[in-house]
Amino acid sequence: MILKILKYQLRDVFRSRWIIAYVLFFLVLTDVLFRFGGDGLRVATSMMNIILIVIPLASIILGAFYLYNAREYIELLLCHPVKRHQLFWGMFLGLALPLVAAFAGGVMLPYFYNAASAEAWKSALMLVFTGSMLTVIFVALAYYLALRFDDRIKGLGLALVICLFFTIIYDGLILFVIYMFSSYPLEKPVLVLSLLNPIDLGRILLLLQFDISALMGLTGAVFREFFGTPLGMGISVASLLAWLAVPITAGFRRFLVKDF
Amino acid sequence: MIRINALNKKYGTLQALSSVDVEIEPGRITAVLGPNGAGKTTLIKSILGLVKPDSGTITVDGIHVNGESRYREMIGYMPQLARYPENLTVTEIVDMIRDIRKSASKSEGRSASTRKDAPDSIKNTGQKGALAEKDAGRPQNNGQSASAPEPAHDDTPDFELWERFGLESEKDKPFRTLSGGNRQKVSAVLAFLFRPKVLFLDEPTTGLDPVSSSFLKDKILAERDRGTTIILTSHIMSEVQELAEQVVYLLDGKIYFERSVAGLLEETGQSTLERAIAVKLGRQPEVTAETGETP
Repeated sequence: MILKILKYQLRDVFRSRWIIAYVLFFLVLTDVLFRFGGDGLRVATSMMNIILIVIPLASIILGAFYLYNAREYIELLLCHPVKRHQLFWGMFLGLALPLVAAFAGGVMLPYFYNAASAEAWKSALMLVFTGSMLTVIFVALAYYLALRFDDRIKGLGLALVICLFFTIIYDGLILFVIYMFSSYPLEKPVLVLSLLNPIDLGRILLLLQFDISALMGLTGAVFREFFGTPLGMGISVASLLAWLAVPITAGFRRFLVKDF
Repeated sequence: MIRINALNKKYGTLQALSSVDVEIEPGRITAVLGPNGAGKTTLIKSILGLVKPDSGTITVDGIHVNGESRYREMIGYMPQLARYPENLTVTEIVDMIRDIRKSASKSEGRSASTRKDAPDSIKNTGQKGALAEKDAGRPQNNGQSASAPEPAHDDTPDFELWERFGLESEKDKPFRTLSGGNRQKVSAVLAFLFRPKVLFLDEPTTGLDPVSSSFLKDKILAERDRGTTIILTSHIMSEVQELAEQVVYLLDGKIYFERSVAGLLEETGQSTLERAIAVKLGRQPEVTAETGETP
């Protein structure tokens, strides 16, 4: 049943204009960076800074819009013998998968025709992994918001605020904390703080992978040693997965009891 | 057919439904009426399982409605505003709903019947004569239809409306390019497609041209004669008078009255349902004097 719903969902999404624009955006950007003479590794580094801003924003806005628009459609399907949990996964995967595919395809294609080295591929795959995680996390957040608030202005507004919070305000807060308490040993608190932001987590994972500590943002700078170890790596991946699980579960539960 | 017991639903502080008891009899057309915000939609959505009531029980054909999805196999629903995925064509939407129905009945362990793929069979042409006959006798036949026959078991999809609405020429257009009326037609076709035992029609003729609208009304009556239980909401009282036998009137989340259309007209001594309801509510509009119509 989930596959049935998914099948038509995918057909619908892949025919929409915004998904094509989304692919083209990543394709053109990666291609241009290659043309400007970067090798695969440098391209991945530049792309990192872009995807960490663009993906959360695009995913959360598209996700919320999509679910608000599908509201009547969900009601209709629920009048057929469809179980709510089946419909939720159909709707969720029906948006998350195309977004991931569009992003991954757009980024990886230039690597193919530029015959990138194995090293460059490694960084590209890391980029795609982190980007995909962020996509799914922010789509899940968007779904939760759209299910929580019936008023779409409220839902979309909150989606924007959350997105801005994690991309910009959060780092500012961390900086502020570091500045205010500069005479205290801050390693541990700031470490915990950066685990609480999925975008920072993605950035740390990527920077460590690319081995470019020079570009290390302030959030991660102090913790090179920690995140470099297998334990640190494990913890950051685990908290990324927690970031995935919490909004999905919240949205799922909401979907099961919601009044449509 | 549908039995509702002490149904309560609150949205925050708003009591949308308060201890509603209704029994909807099989094989009849029941109109759910009431002013805006009276709880009509909440009531219908509760029966469909879209809204989870705070307390009370609903049974449809003996099956309790509580998170269960199987009973919806016998339900057809035509919403007030239909929206399907924008980029799917009409054919794909019909296929999708059929796919979903098929896979639902399969997963419930029932034999998925072989359904015809092409909308080539007009099954109900033979019923037109019977329909005209019955029509002549209305609305006086209210009491008689209680003994309506059980819907004939027929698994082939019902494409009669598809043919009559002429949707064949629209079938490859994406849904987003369809006009409001055509969307409504698609939605009507889908509601009738599986020969449901219970049909919910929410403002069914809104946005339809007169010809299509009368096709749809014919179809509704034909379904009634086949034994289908139909629940209807509409703001057009003449339409309700034309179609419905029973009226359930909701006011502030409570059942204000529940009567047959004929009984209502007789009691109030009015000739139209609109006037009858106005009289019943004790708010006879002064317009009557102005238009010179005798009430």
